[in-house]
Amino acid sequence: MLAERIDARVDPHKPHLARLIRIDPMVKDHRLFQLRFEDPKLNDEFTHKPGQFVMLSVLGVGEIPVSLCSSPSRKGIMELMVRKVGRVTSALYALRENDFVGIRGPYGNGFPVDDMKGKDLVIVAGGLGTAPLRGLLWYCLDNRAEFGKIALLYGSRSTKDMLFRSEMESLLNRDDIQCLLSVEKLDDEEKDTWRGYTGLVTDLFRHLGEIGEDAYAAVCGPPVMYKYVLEELLNKGFDKNRILMSLERRMKCGIGKCAHCAIGYHSSVGYRYVCIHGPIFTYWDATNLPEMI
Amino acid sequence: MVARTIPSHANIRLLAKKNLGDLLEVLGRWGTVYAPVEKQPDVYTFAETTDLSAIALGYLRTALPPKRFMYPPEERLYNFTLSKGFEEPPQSEDRQILFGVHPCDIHAFSILDLVFAGPYPEPRYFKRRRRTAIIGLDCLPDVNCFCYSMDTDSVERGFDLFLTDIGEDYFVRVGSSWGEEVVRACKDLFTGLKEGSIEEYKRRADARSRMFESHVEMSDMPQIMELEFSNPLWEELGEKCLSCGSCSIVCPTCYCYDIIDQFDLKGDSGSRTRRWDSCLFKEFAQVAGFNFRQDRSTRVKLRYYHKQIAFVEEYGRSSCVGCGRCIETCPAKINIIEVLNEIRGKKVMSHAG
Ligand SMILES: Cc1cc2nc3c(=O)[nH]c(=O)nc-3n(C[C@H](O)[C@H](O)[C@H](O)COP(=O)(O)OP(=O)(O)OC[C@H]3O[C@@H](n4cnc5c(N)ncnc54)[C@H](O)[C@@H]3O)c2cc1C
Ligand code: SF4
Ligand code: SF4
Ligand code: FES
Repeated sequence: MLAERIDARVDPHKPHLARLIRIDPMVKDHRLFQLRFEDPKLNDEFTHKPGQFVMLSVLGVGEIPVSLCSSPSRKGIMELMVRKVGRVTSALYALRENDFVGIRGPYGNGFPVDDMKGKDLVIVAGGLGTAPLRGLLWYCLDNRAEFGKIALLYGSRSTKDMLFRSEMESLLNRDDIQCLLSVEKLDDEEKDTWRGYTGLVTDLFRHLGEIGEDAYAAVCGPPVMYKYVLEELLNKGFDKNRILMSLERRMKCGIGKCAHCAIGYHSSVGYRYVCIHGPIFTYWDATNLPEMI
Repeated sequence: MVARTIPSHANIRLLAKKNLGDLLEVLGRWGTVYAPVEKQPDVYTFAETTDLSAIALGYLRTALPPKRFMYPPEERLYNFTLSKGFEEPPQSEDRQILFGVHPCDIHAFSILDLVFAGPYPEPRYFKRRRRTAIIGLDCLPDVNCFCYSMDTDSVERGFDLFLTDIGEDYFVRVGSSWGEEVVRACKDLFTGLKEGSIEEYKRRADARSRMFESHVEMSDMPQIMELEFSNPLWEELGEKCLSCGSCSIVCPTCYCYDIIDQFDLKGDSGSRTRRWDSCLFKEFAQVAGFNFRQDRSTRVKLRYYHKQIAFVEEYGRSSCVGCGRCIETCPAKINIIEVLNEIRGKKVMSHAG
């Protein structure tokens, strides 16, 4: 019987205590949290793939999925960027540096970084979409020699809504990445200093240089953004199998059991749990899963 | 029909019906025995008893499936304190013995095993599973039973002992070393096969197969359901469904859950609880600013697609065992046999076989 063969000594639901060692307010209702496990062994062992997420518990309030927005190439650092939207996130915002939260993970498939090696990469981010993509960006930059050309297209409403602004602007000084930034509306006082463009993130495609035929694209942003960005990418000749996106669904377990994150069915892709089969999906998956976007 | 292997004779015993009461009493010394009893007229439930006169041997289906013995409707996962973090409350180590479990429900446990194994095995479930003995009992179908179509009308494994009524005796199949231990410990209650017992067993198995009134043709069902993804039937079902979630609660294989955290009154400690959930509830797929399954029809549809296609793809079989509980319980009279047959384009629903 299967039940006799299962080794179930590790409890996959059990969170580990972690301390909030740094809280940085970013833009309105967005904060960057740096965490460290209380158990030093866990700090040494913890690693992840860009695009994976953790389950974060605010004790007594609840547990939510949050993307790791730090890169595994920076060992010992775990960063989460959390937008305040509801119960658990508000309770998280009420915590101070040195307070405890619970963390378990990492979960999910993450970006297929091994397949992406040697190829060009275009990262397209809108708004909060930078969170899962930031880990990927720094992973690629820290292992720069292993990737082809890298371009970042990042659009936000205004410079005040830009996440990681100084970090992103610093990329403008590097010659091993094409960094294209845009804001929809530019404040008057920034008119002379802004080094990016004004307009939508899709307008940035005009400035994008030559891209290899087998290039990958990674997209993340608000739902309204996808349609137009995907169209641009297809126009540029991207293969649907190499357009990657991170999906969000309600999650309770993160380990493929509670069924909250299930998404619809089609034979060429099947039925998927975002938590274990995702959260990174290809555009091909998305076009074949009726419930996907 | 799938070939049924009758285990070698060493694993078969006869138990005279008059000895059943004694067997139950002995079982009571090995663990806590739960058996089907009639709670209200025609409403059956598994309750703690070793008293044969209280046991409804001829019950057809319990209102709630026995899944709660492995996977309780509500269970505390952790207690926590701000200083010590999350700690799992201790679980009982005592043996529980489920007596009188029907083939469909035994299959349902094997299905739950698949779910709770996977890449992240769930220790609480498997701890209970290992301290639970299962004594199966055969049954005769009614119009809501379609286990025959779901290939769950008989079992080859997943029980410690399985009792089939063959007249004066129960034909007892021994399915585990624990089951054999019980037989050895109660030598006086069991005998070897008698002349004609195998023939009688086969005769009754044949007669039982012919008793199924409701059939669903399951071959190619995943492909057919996929082709029927836009069938207006889903909309119609959405209009009828009340989103009450009863069908999930009574289903022996539904396993969705929710997780709820609570602080104790003092505010420095608390608990995390897991509770059965239902994909039919409106909030099930709600995320910030958007509900992926706002309308009921997509939720009803999900239940069907998950059981009949997704599960097949992932685990190689449908997660429905044809127990008929959801049919019996649905206040909107949504009938899975009719739905599946209609999707196949068969207007004649039950009584077709
Ligand atoms: C794989 C994954 C990665 C994520 N990464 C991040 C991240 O890096 N940063 C970040 O700020 N957020 C991220 N989210 C979203 C985050 O999980 C939700 O914002 C959070 O669960 C809301 O919790 P709450 O208790 O504060 O809100 P609630 O009080 O529960 O609800 C507020 C609103 O959020 C909705 N909601 C509940 N759960 C989710 C969910 N899982 N996803 C989206 N909305 C939800 C509710 O339905 C409601 O509309 C991610 C979600 C997923 C699935
Ligand atoms: S029992 Fe019937 S009415 Fe209730 S949720 Fe299930 S299908 Fe809908
Ligand atoms: S779906 Fe209905 S008939 Fe099938 S196993 Fe669940 S309750 Fe029984
Ligand atoms: S979050 Fe529970 S199955 Fe995906």
